[in-house]
Amino acid sequence: MSIKELLTIWTDSPALSMLIWVLLTVAILYLARTPAHQAITSSSRVVSRALRLAARAVLIAAGRLERRNRDVLLAFGLNAAEESVNREIQRMDATIRRDLSSYPSMNRKVMELVAKIDNEYNCGSEVPPEPASWINAVSSVAKIRATGDTQVAKMLSDIKVNIDSEHRNAIEEYRKSNSARHEILTKMAPNWREAAQILSTVGKSIKGLNERTELIDKKVDEFEIIRNGSDKAARTLASSSMTQFVVSSLVLLIALGGAAINFNLISLPMSEMVGGGSFIGPYKTSDIAAMVIIMVEAAMGLYLMEALRITRLFPVIGTMNDKTRFRMILITFSILFILASVEASLAYMRDQIAADMQALRQSLAAVDAAVPTGSWIPTAGQMVMGFILPFALTFVAIPLESFIHSSRTVIGIVALGSLRIVAFMLRLMSSIARNTSRLLVSVYDLVIFPALFFDRMVRTRLLHAPLDSTKGRVS
Amino acid sequence: MKKIVKVKKNFIILLFGLLFFSYGCADSTTRATGVYMLMDTSGTYAKELTKAHSIINYLLGTLQPGDSLAVARIDSGSFSEKDIIGKATFNTRPSVANNQKRLFEKTVAKFIKGAKGSRHTDITGGMLQAVEYLQETGAGNRHIFIFSDLEEDLKKGHVRDFPIRFDGVSVVALNVTKLRSDNVDPREYLTRLESWQKRVEEGGGKWKVINDLERLENILAE
Repeated sequence: MSIKELLTIWTDSPALSMLIWVLLTVAILYLARTPAHQAITSSSRVVSRALRLAARAVLIAAGRLERRNRDVLLAFGLNAAEESVNREIQRMDATIRRDLSSYPSMNRKVMELVAKIDNEYNCGSEVPPEPASWINAVSSVAKIRATGDTQVAKMLSDIKVNIDSEHRNAIEEYRKSNSARHEILTKMAPNWREAAQILSTVGKSIKGLNERTELIDKKVDEFEIIRNGSDKAARTLASSSMTQFVVSSLVLLIALGGAAINFNLISLPMSEMVGGGSFIGPYKTSDIAAMVIIMVEAAMGLYLMEALRITRLFPVIGTMNDKTRFRMILITFSILFILASVEASLAYMRDQIAADMQALRQSLAAVDAAVPTGSWIPTAGQMVMGFILPFALTFVAIPLESFIHSSRTVIGIVALGSLRIVAFMLRLMSSIARNTSRLLVSVYDLVIFPALFFDRMVRTRLLHAPLDSTKGRVS
Repeated sequence: MKKIVKVKKNFIILLFGLLFFSYGCADSTTRATGVYMLMDTSGTYAKELTKAHSIINYLLGTLQPGDSLAVARIDSGSFSEKDIIGKATFNTRPSVANNQKRLFEKTVAKFIKGAKGSRHTDITGGMLQAVEYLQETGAGNRHIFIFSDLEEDLKKGHVRDFPIRFDGVSVVALNVTKLRSDNVDPREYLTRLESWQKRVEEGGGKWKVINDLERLENILAE
């Protein structure tokens, strides 16, 4: 049945028929008002509650993720702090071993020096000259009264001469003795200096140890803060992770640039080896071969860094015994060296092929071939780049490790943010669903407003009718 | 122990599977380009051959290792291997391919220097020969370049009015010069082009005309 037929079902006049339809619809809607309102309200309530429930579930998941992120972050921070403390302790241990292991010998040396100085000091101490034994005899003789006897005068004169001579001898002896003591004291000076130097070295070592101890104290404090799992520690660690993520991403981008240059250096000459006309999927086999070489170099660099214990991406390598680890260092370095040499050769070959292609194109274009400059600099530059880049790529392992570790935190934060946005959207939709039901109820009432108006009018009349009739009867 | 043996077995199967997969992926023919260049040596068109030489040089500079190139002349009876001036599938090693290109260029130059005009023009025979050659190369991208005014003048008795299969072949008419009669009635020129276009497209090929030889950069584009 078409709309036109429906329109003319009551009368031939479409307008009148439409009016009948409208009245009929309004009447039906009026009659079904209460259940319709209930249906609208309850259905919207169902939708709203379901959405709120979903939002709640998402928020719970977000809470779990947040706790997990925090745990991971703190565990990572704790591990890093522990490593840092360990490293400082190891450094202190090395310092103690280096500087203070010789302390007993130094002590013995100092004691020996002190004994030597003491000995020399004793040797150098001033001993007052012994008065001559005949001095008493001379003084007794000197008491003899001069009677003018020439014998006595001569004797006294001789005694004077002797005394003067003895005095000169005594002074000479005293001077010699003093000189000898000075010599001993002069010899003592290097011993003092040596002792002072040894003590100064010990002092420096002790000062360095003190500084390192302070540093360890600080690190241990940090470790304690992280272990306590405070919010501040979590925030600091998250911020640090974000910084690491950004910095390592930048460095990796730079490394990618290096890899791209490396790729361009070796992709053309690789076609000489594996052929320039074969494809694997949509890619040239030579390009894939060049890429594989670069990847192998990067992998070798990674293993080398692991074996050197600079990075810790593979615990298996880190926990190897020193002998095996040393072998691994040798093997990875040898492979890297061979690959770097291959790359240098390929770079040389690239230069040759490019020159040949250029010559061919010029000959085909009937252009006089450009006179080659004969400069070896571009060739040498390419070869050096080909040799250096594999080793430079080795250091990609360091930012890669930072990137992997920090990306765990960053992904966690992003996932948490996404979950919160989803929860917000669900709550918003729930609110919209709840308010939509009110809107629909109002729209429903708007559609049947003539019936409602009539209903209100009748109700008012019925409400007021008894009063009016009473009033009439009274009056 | 049994478990370890089983894991090893599975690993070996997986390894072989990957090897076969990579071998299957390594495709050296379907991506190669095959070009067959037909040069009209009839009548006055023989004078245009120096232009054809520059196009061949351009192709030699553009084609990659693994691609195939053949140059043939259109004469009174072109459905013959004798009309092929030079053909080569370039080695996959760029240095060897460069040497092949140098030799090819010398061969073409020698031919053009001593080329003589033919009495008749068997374009259809040349096309048939070209299609046959391109099929043999197994190239994924197949092109026929026809350097001619497209005016066919068959020798008496030669039958060429039958459809030709051009499946997957792109036919490019180069330097289609206007004849004196075309100037009198340009419809003859247009009819000539349309008839060839119809013949190629009905045979499952693609048709293109390039008269401006300065615009050769897209000559190998699909």
